[in-house]
Amino acid sequence: MTNLGLPDPEQLAARILRGERAAVASGLNLLDNRLPAARSRAVRLLACLSGERWLTAGHLIGVTGPPGAGKSSLVSAMIREWRLAGTTVGVLAVDPSSRPELGGGALLGDRIRIKTPAQDEGLFIRSLANRNQLGGVAGEVWPMSWLMLACFDIVVIETVGVGQTEIDIAEIGDTVCYVAQPASGDTIQYLKSGIIEIPDIFAVNKADLGAAARKTASEIGRSAPRQDRREGWDYPVCLLSATMNTGISEFHAHFDRHRRFLVAAGLLARQRSQHQSAWVLRLLKEEFGSFGLELVGGRAAIEKRLGEYRSSQFEEYERMREHILSRLLSVNQPTLSP
Amino acid sequence: MVAPRKNRDQPWLMRTYSGHSSARASNALYRTNLAKGQTGLSVAFDLPTQTGYDADSPLARGEVGKVGVPISSIEDMDQLFDQIPLDQMNTSMTINATAAWLLSLYIGLAQRRGIDPKKLSGTTQNDIIKEYLSRGTYIYPPGPSMRLIADTINYTVKNVPKWNPTNVCSYHLQEAGATPVQELAYALCTAMAVLDRVKASGEVPPEEFPQVVERISFFVNAGIRFIEECCKLRAFGEMWDELTLTRYQVTDPKLRRFRYGVQVNSLGLTEAQPENNVQRIVLEMLAVALSKRARARAIQLPAWNEAMGLPRPWDQQWALRMQQVMAFETDLLEYGDILDGSPVIAAKVSELIAGARREIENVEAQGGIIAAIESGYIKRELVGSHMSRLRAIESGELKIIGVNCFQETAESPLTTGSDGAIMKSDPAAERQQIERLQEHRRQRNDADVRAALQGLGDAAKSGDNIMPSSIRCALAGVTTGEWGDALRAVFGEFRPPTGVDIAIDSREVLGRKDQVTEIRDRVARTGSALGRPLKILVGKPGLDGHSNGAEQVAVKARDVGFEVVYDGIRLTPQQIAQAAQEEGVHVVGLSILSGSHMELVGSVLQELRARDLAALPVVAGGIIPPADAERLLALGVRAIYTPKDFNLNAIMGDIVDVVRENNGLERLGLLS
Repeated sequence: MTNLGLPDPEQLAARILRGERAAVASGLNLLDNRLPAARSRAVRLLACLSGERWLTAGHLIGVTGPPGAGKSSLVSAMIREWRLAGTTVGVLAVDPSSRPELGGGALLGDRIRIKTPAQDEGLFIRSLANRNQLGGVAGEVWPMSWLMLACFDIVVIETVGVGQTEIDIAEIGDTVCYVAQPASGDTIQYLKSGIIEIPDIFAVNKADLGAAARKTASEIGRSAPRQDRREGWDYPVCLLSATMNTGISEFHAHFDRHRRFLVAAGLLARQRSQHQSAWVLRLLKEEFGSFGLELVGGRAAIEKRLGEYRSSQFEEYERMREHILSRLLSVNQPTLSP
Repeated sequence: MVAPRKNRDQPWLMRTYSGHSSARASNALYRTNLAKGQTGLSVAFDLPTQTGYDADSPLARGEVGKVGVPISSIEDMDQLFDQIPLDQMNTSMTINATAAWLLSLYIGLAQRRGIDPKKLSGTTQNDIIKEYLSRGTYIYPPGPSMRLIADTINYTVKNVPKWNPTNVCSYHLQEAGATPVQELAYALCTAMAVLDRVKASGEVPPEEFPQVVERISFFVNAGIRFIEECCKLRAFGEMWDELTLTRYQVTDPKLRRFRYGVQVNSLGLTEAQPENNVQRIVLEMLAVALSKRARARAIQLPAWNEAMGLPRPWDQQWALRMQQVMAFETDLLEYGDILDGSPVIAAKVSELIAGARREIENVEAQGGIIAAIESGYIKRELVGSHMSRLRAIESGELKIIGVNCFQETAESPLTTGSDGAIMKSDPAAERQQIERLQEHRRQRNDADVRAALQGLGDAAKSGDNIMPSSIRCALAGVTTGEWGDALRAVFGEFRPPTGVDIAIDSREVLGRKDQVTEIRDRVARTGSALGRPLKILVGKPGLDGHSNGAEQVAVKARDVGFEVVYDGIRLTPQQIAQAAQEEGVHVVGLSILSGSHMELVGSVLQELRARDLAALPVVAGGIIPPADAERLLALGVRAIYTPKDFNLNAIMGDIVDVVRENNGLERLGLLS
């Protein structure tokens, strides 16, 4: 874990594909690392891992909702169901960071709530801080979730993501689930804000509260279908209780059903490809700014190019990156060497 | 010399909280202590017994016989009270989640010895509510825990009438940081919750309810501010008298008396110049002895060296002698209440009562103590108070002699002995207890055991009082782990709220501002050099549930810019190593207060090596004697923090340096 000992991406990729936990952990560390040497290795790692499989395999699930709605206990209950069926699960749990002027640290407490009683090699949990990025998720979450998808059947991203920045949540997975807190202002805000277009599945937790939970469920139920953004999907609203373990298996079944719907509608691969393009664009822009993007033909051209390399966008990213670098280096004296 | 008056008051019950290694060794200690003039027993149980595991459970590893005596079955109970007449002894048991079980073993043993349970007297601590706030030896969720408390009360009021079935604890609230007002308010709220629950169970007819109220006793703490503490106890008495009259209509004033036992404050005992603890303990005892109206019924004093490790028999004797000098040499017991009529005392008592009333109203408005615990409100308040106290110590505003002032000291002859001035628990105890337990399992009648456990499970499900079936289990030879598991299967296990969902106002907890700025800068710079923000795993291996220290470290680390994975309590070394790997942390911080640090830290290091994480630095904090600290450092632990490292900023600075050194960066040294 020293900054000198960065892993070899090719070897690491092979170990990750074999499902070695240590390799998964060090791959995630590499994707999180901002040092220039690590960035280029991280992209090579992603390139090594990508392929047609990446667009079709596994299931990427985003779980979001206001603090206190019981996301972690719900995720915990779902993990129990998946593990009983022998399905392997990777979890990325995102918690908020404190403000930069307060040190920017974070308390990552989801492990405690998700923790399963026995040690389980089919479950891998990584906690992340959102590092004050809007949308409730850190940029690192995307590549990390793709890495996990290479060796786990299901990857769950759990995040506090409510409010103005719905876009990130929308791009977070194949299936997005919103966990509502009965009788809470947050949920009402959410309904009003129009973000209701994003989730595919709704859960009203703490159904043991009775009338309040039923009221929230019916409010969501009334709003959700009107937004009908996808023909053929019914946007289910589930009443359940993670602590009392009621309604979990019905809720659980919707995820697989939604994945089958996406495959049948040809949406699974298309969405994933779009999400990856968005991230690649974001990387390029972060490193080189709009000026850099112009050097390879501008945003629209890049999206088009990436679209042609659906399953290996990271290799294409590397080519564009090198191209931009060489253009920059020929313009200026070399100050940007990687 | 003036002769003492003849008609002195009876002194309180004198005890010493003790137990270690095995039932046999603890029995020998008890009989020695009784011979020295102790008038009651106070049993300390080990953590597996407190959390309902057998000695051979993987979670019990390294914990058997450490902080107390292991009791796996009625045979251990028998050995613990060998040659001690149960009908003449007053036995206090510090036991909570498994209180119903240990009481059943005690009653079962009495029955086996032909003693009428009506003659048994003593106390089970049995305040499971506070376990969620401090101490952490809970097993079941709050609902079933309340039921267990109510069941033991309902049972003992009828069948063991001299028993104090529950000791509502404000002691641990103070250890967790509570101010006197918070102590008063939360303890009284807990007592109300318990009484309301018993009342609602309907097992006791209304006309007998005053007897239930009478059996509620308290376990209180007394700190060094002994005048305020004495006023706190007078306030307790007045408030309890009023509350039992108005809320529960207890008309007989005798049944409304505030009865309490006490252990004086261990939180304020220091590892630096530990001999000073003697005068601290004596002054703290004054708080609970001085005022006749508010005098303790039973006192146990910690030993002077408790911040260093387990006290030896001689240390406990010294503590007992303090009580005896106070009771028999001074003239304290010759007078009525010497504080009655003092306007200063009266004003202070009124002030505390007014504050406590406001806080009680506040908690009641949130739906009572259980709701306020579940919402995290009480925990937040306590951590807030505790952090203010630490900040005051760091700033020097709160003076602690030998710690943040008057540190100069000559070498103490008390701590230079070859034993390091503490007792080592018997390292063979765990193996012997496991062998004894396995032999017991071979000897007993399996059919009886199965039937008794079936009955226990049925009672748990049906809502019948848990005590009769538990006593049957005791007599059939059921083990502590089996009893715990049978109820886990019905009640489930408590999953703590994150514990660090503690939204403390950072300004309250940070301490010296310039230091904080400097550490934040160091954390940020080191993170940039390594490519990602510094990430630390804070965990507690083993069964020790005192999570406050770990939580403070976690909160502090967050506030100086670390990304902190807080993994809670009761973790196996394997789980910690797995978490360290999955989370990709730069450093692991372990907190262990049970004295099992050698076994547990060693196992964590071994598990990390098994996961190719030998290079990951581990630091440990806890009550770790210097000799053990050296051995741990030799094993590869990078830093050890003990109670004398009270400055959290300094600890954070050091942890940053541990990470830097591990990654080939130069150390930045002490904070300016």
